[in-house]
Amino acid sequence: MSFSLLIAQLINGLQTGSVYALVALGYSMVYGIIKLLNFAHGDIIMVGAYMTYYAIASFALPPAVAVVLDIAASTLLGVFVEKVAYTPLRSAPRLSLLITAIGVSFLLENGAQLVFGAGQKSMDPMITGSFMMGRVNVSYTAIVTIVVSVARMVLLTFVVNKTKAGKAMRAVSEDMGAAQLMGISLNRTISMTFAIGSALAGVGSVLYMCAYTQASPTMGSMLGIKAFVAAVLGGIGSIPGAMIGGFTIGILEALVAAVGLSMWKDAAVFLVLIVVLLFKPTGFMGKKLQEKV
Amino acid sequence: MKKALLLILAIAMVFMFGVSCSKKAATTTAAAPAASTSAPAASATTTTQTKEAEVITIAFIGNTTGDYAMYGVPVRNSVAMFFEQLNAAGGINGKQVKLLEYDDKADGTESINAYNLAKANGATAIIGSVLSGASIALSDVTYDDNMPQISASATNPKLTVMDPDDPKSEVKTNVFRTCFLDPFQGEKMAQYAAQVYGAKTIAIFYENGSDYSEAIVQGVESQLEACGLKVVAKEAFATGDVDYKAQMTNVAAANPDVVLMPIYYGEAGRAITALRAAGCNAKIIGGDGFGSVVNYASAADLEGTIYMSGYAPGTPSVAKFESDYKAKFNEDVPNMFAPLAWDAALVMTEGLKAAEAKGLKAGSAEYKQAVIDAIKNLQAFEGITGSYTFNATNDPIKSVAIIKIAGGAEVFDAFF
Repeated sequence: MSFSLLIAQLINGLQTGSVYALVALGYSMVYGIIKLLNFAHGDIIMVGAYMTYYAIASFALPPAVAVVLDIAASTLLGVFVEKVAYTPLRSAPRLSLLITAIGVSFLLENGAQLVFGAGQKSMDPMITGSFMMGRVNVSYTAIVTIVVSVARMVLLTFVVNKTKAGKAMRAVSEDMGAAQLMGISLNRTISMTFAIGSALAGVGSVLYMCAYTQASPTMGSMLGIKAFVAAVLGGIGSIPGAMIGGFTIGILEALVAAVGLSMWKDAAVFLVLIVVLLFKPTGFMGKKLQEKV
Repeated sequence: MKKALLLILAIAMVFMFGVSCSKKAATTTAAAPAASTSAPAASATTTTQTKEAEVITIAFIGNTTGDYAMYGVPVRNSVAMFFEQLNAAGGINGKQVKLLEYDDKADGTESINAYNLAKANGATAIIGSVLSGASIALSDVTYDDNMPQISASATNPKLTVMDPDDPKSEVKTNVFRTCFLDPFQGEKMAQYAAQVYGAKTIAIFYENGSDYSEAIVQGVESQLEACGLKVVAKEAFATGDVDYKAQMTNVAAANPDVVLMPIYYGEAGRAITALRAAGCNAKIIGGDGFGSVVNYASAADLEGTIYMSGYAPGTPSVAKFESDYKAKFNEDVPNMFAPLAWDAALVMTEGLKAAEAKGLKAGSAEYKQAVIDAIKNLQAFEGITGSYTFNATNDPIKSVAIIKIAGGAEVFDAFF
């Protein structure tokens, strides 16, 4: 493999990884706060992608308006799902919550087939063109995707670490009961987490549509699972971890395909998941598990 | 909270009920004309004043209900329309053709039951079935009776050969088809790349684990030596995968003359977008799965792409069929199986004519053999989708229609 081909594949990997990372951030945040693996997260991206499609392809709105609509719709849907499906189960066993999340995922997927139809919807690419970096052909889409996702991570780290809302989120994540006693509104904080996570999913769906230009009802499931692997790999609950995990999975996929094993892409991703769970269950940046005595 | 939840659920229920109702209404209206034509199903569809002995009875067996009815209904419609026109024009040898219709729901057992009924009702030839699975089950029993059978749409090699992997396998000599096989399409793709585009190097991008895609790749690879082609990149994706950037970067780096993509339209759209984004301007050739690909990638990226098709819409040979179909069933020809079914009926009629000309008795062993021999001996017999000559395994050697994408539209280019 020549050097320029390697660079081209690394850029491919970074672009794919950026989308995974944005989705993984949503998983991580929700897991961090209510210990729920929100399997409906990938499907929120799917709804966001359809929003983008309808806004641009059917109503011919400018891309900027489409992006805002998409993020708003994803955020509302995320909060709605939390209120309707998860809040009533807050004191129920963890397993009930997990199964509910899977149920919501199926509901959204099949509901989308009913509403949007089972076929793919395709639109023209929002960003076109590419430039030559040395001997490597780089598309503008790749640059935008990588820049946007890094910017979102920096912004999110700032929100969580420096603002009052972020402090509340961290407090709830650490000890729900104690946080409540300190006067933090649980409902508001959890809704806020879902809102931010879903907004990130909205951004992810715009980037997804930039890269792949097609929306389909089942697109969220594999994307969600890959992002989940990324979150676990980076250490679920950790923001920089989700980012690192996302990029790692993206680059891993690109490199596996680069050496001619494109059929083994998914296998490689899940093999990594198994190895990580065996040897470092907390992931790269995960908190150490402490047994309560 | 509970009240709000109940309200939401109630609204959701009303909404869903509304959707399902409106859907049902739509399907019933769409099915109405079809239902009226199938009312006399499994009984005579032609009213004949002639005596029983002067009627030739044949049967259509195919799935006209259930999941894959969108394949079976157009086939049934075309066959029914063909014999209606044939009877109106005087039938075969002065005898009317009585068409029995049976629904096998795409199930092998059902099609064998239907066949037994057809036989009991005096059928002397079978048109069907529609999907490969049911057609193969049916061909196993028709072979025992040496009953002439022709399918318009079963692309699996097993329809006419007991074991396709064994070159010396027994051929079901009584069974024919009018569609081409998947490997045959692959051979045509390789030949087109070499002969028309003058390609020396090709790249193949296919769907791993898909029978359709892999069978075409097999066909392509069987022609490499004969066409002087070299595969410089062979990339694949797993079903459901959406990200082809890495594969396309490899393809672009290999710089092939032509990229062959034996995949379906949705994936094809993404693959072509990714290929062009990777900076590769090679020519693209697709298989018949490319139909309606224009909706899945930009016109600029698709410009000049061609694909193989079993049927060339809008060409002179099918124009009358298309307008008749539209007039009778109130919809455009939905897919290539409708014209292929017309050809299946046409080929079968050619066989029946030969048997009639010999003055044999319909339904007798000699009659069936005469039908089969006549079909087997056809040389470049003109149908509406191409010309028919059957090879040693009873598969048609026919030209494929090349469809070219120009300015965001799929237009017929030439036969190849």
